[in-house]
Amino acid sequence: MSEKTRIIRTFLKNKAAVVGAVISIVIIIVAIFAPWIAPYDPLTQDVYYRLKPPDTGHLLGTDFYGRDILSRIIWCSRISLIVGTISVALAMVLGTALGILAGYLGGALESLVMRLADIMMSFPDEVFGIMMLVALGSGLTKVIIVIALLFTPRFARVAYAPTLALKERDFVSAAVAVGASKKRIIWQHIMPNVLGDVLVMGSLWIGTAIRLEANLSFLGLGVAPPTPTWGNMVREGVDYLMSAPWVATFSGLAILITILGFNMLGDGIRDMVDPKLRL
Amino acid sequence: MLGYVIRRILLAIPTALGVLTVIFIVMRIAPGDPAEVILGEYASQEAVEALRKELGLDQPLWKQYVDFVGGLFKGDLGKSPINGQSVSLLVARSLPYSLELSLAGIGLGVLFGLPMGILAAVRRNSFFDYASRVFSLLGLSFPTFYLGVLLLLLFGIKLNLFPVVGGGDLSNIADNLYHLFLPALTMGLIMMAYVSRMARSSILNVLNEDYVKTARAKGLRERAVLYKHVLKNALIPIVSIVGVYSVVLIGGTIMVELVFSRPGMGKMMIGAMKQRDYITIQSLMVIYAGLVIIVNLLTDLTYGFIDPRIKYD
Repeated sequence: MSEKTRIIRTFLKNKAAVVGAVISIVIIIVAIFAPWIAPYDPLTQDVYYRLKPPDTGHLLGTDFYGRDILSRIIWCSRISLIVGTISVALAMVLGTALGILAGYLGGALESLVMRLADIMMSFPDEVFGIMMLVALGSGLTKVIIVIALLFTPRFARVAYAPTLALKERDFVSAAVAVGASKKRIIWQHIMPNVLGDVLVMGSLWIGTAIRLEANLSFLGLGVAPPTPTWGNMVREGVDYLMSAPWVATFSGLAILITILGFNMLGDGIRDMVDPKLRL
Repeated sequence: MLGYVIRRILLAIPTALGVLTVIFIVMRIAPGDPAEVILGEYASQEAVEALRKELGLDQPLWKQYVDFVGGLFKGDLGKSPINGQSVSLLVARSLPYSLELSLAGIGLGVLFGLPMGILAAVRRNSFFDYASRVFSLLGLSFPTFYLGVLLLLLFGIKLNLFPVVGGGDLSNIADNLYHLFLPALTMGLIMMAYVSRMARSSILNVLNEDYVKTARAKGLRERAVLYKHVLKNALIPIVSIVGVYSVVLIGGTIMVELVFSRPGMGKMMIGAMKQRDYITIQSLMVIYAGLVIIVNLLTDLTYGFIDPRIKYD
């Protein structure tokens, strides 16, 4: 059996991972086809149909402005996925590069990167997010940048530790001895060996990024209303928890299912790649 | 041990200064003059200038930085330009609500999460293990505010068992605990999920070690193997994860305070954000980061305490 077949079989045997993959794929499809799937326009208000409980016309009910909750939830999946994937991808590229360079080159760069990582990690995620978004102002791009900045030191640390170990390995010493350039050693010898850990970590962090975006938009930061996000929908729903609990509960459920799906998928990918679990 | 403690405290100082510098710089890259933002676009030039002077914004940047750090050392966080009150006083009023919530959450998480993780690892692949894994996966995926909303809806609104708003009277223990219960449960359930998951995996890792096999092979009772060999060695990663997730929890209090309308620092921060009160926001950032630095310090000191190898490094 080839290595690839073995890895795929390990993944398929893990039921939680398969369920996670299915949930993630369904959410991605919903996000892509949102304009065709959503029964109503997510921004159209209908004052005669405010805070209506779920019925056949509006499957998940309506909010304070009479907007269809199901349609809003469907559209929100786009924002959550965009933020989750792009911020993690940016942090992965930047963090891995910094971690490898700090580990391999050492010296002042190493001290600078590692101290900066210490400083950034002295803020709880939401506190750092609030600070940056208060300074930069809100908007989709800014949320992505802030979450990417927040995750960069974590990827740097994940890439840094194995780089230090790889630097001492014989195949790297041999490459140095035959005169390979630093650039070549990093690209050919260090990077491929670090990438596995980094990619696994990336898959595990998408759920965290989605949750952080939801937290920030719940706090009133990030993508500004009327553009719906799951976080700001729950926030609006909290005000009507007694009279219209469906507004907050359904929007929150969408976040929960999405994060759950990505976490299960991430766990599955980690189990599949982690050699310790192959025993 | 004392040498290790001193060394570790000294190491925290540059990080703390770095954190203050980052907060200072970020709060000053905010677009627009804070004085203009606070007073609004119709304010007269004189009023803006007066406020700039009051906030110290007319000083050169280095002087502002020195004043900012110097003030912190004296315990002076400045005055809120919005309501003129001392920020230190406002923080002193709200900090206990946030602290008790964080501590209760961490306490509940460790108290229940640790035994749950240990039991799940020892009875691997049992129904209990399966249920505890589902629980931790759910806990890891629940946004804190959503869990808070659901608990509030069920226990506060539907069953009417607990108050839905406020933090209670701090001097009245019963009233305080009554108000603390649901928010602490929200934080505690999430912390339990993190702690039990990590405890389970660290114990499983240790159970595979050779010295555990040796202990069993020499006929040691399972209980002795678990307490003398497994738990002691699994403790380091567990302490580390309790430290890491205590930081996550401190961030989570902001959302929970908002859901339950608790008068803590998170609620204060949201209020300051709405009013664009930069001085208060900046001060709260310092307090939150300070709490994280203290948690990290305590985590490291605990390592030294439970693993004698670390303090000699």
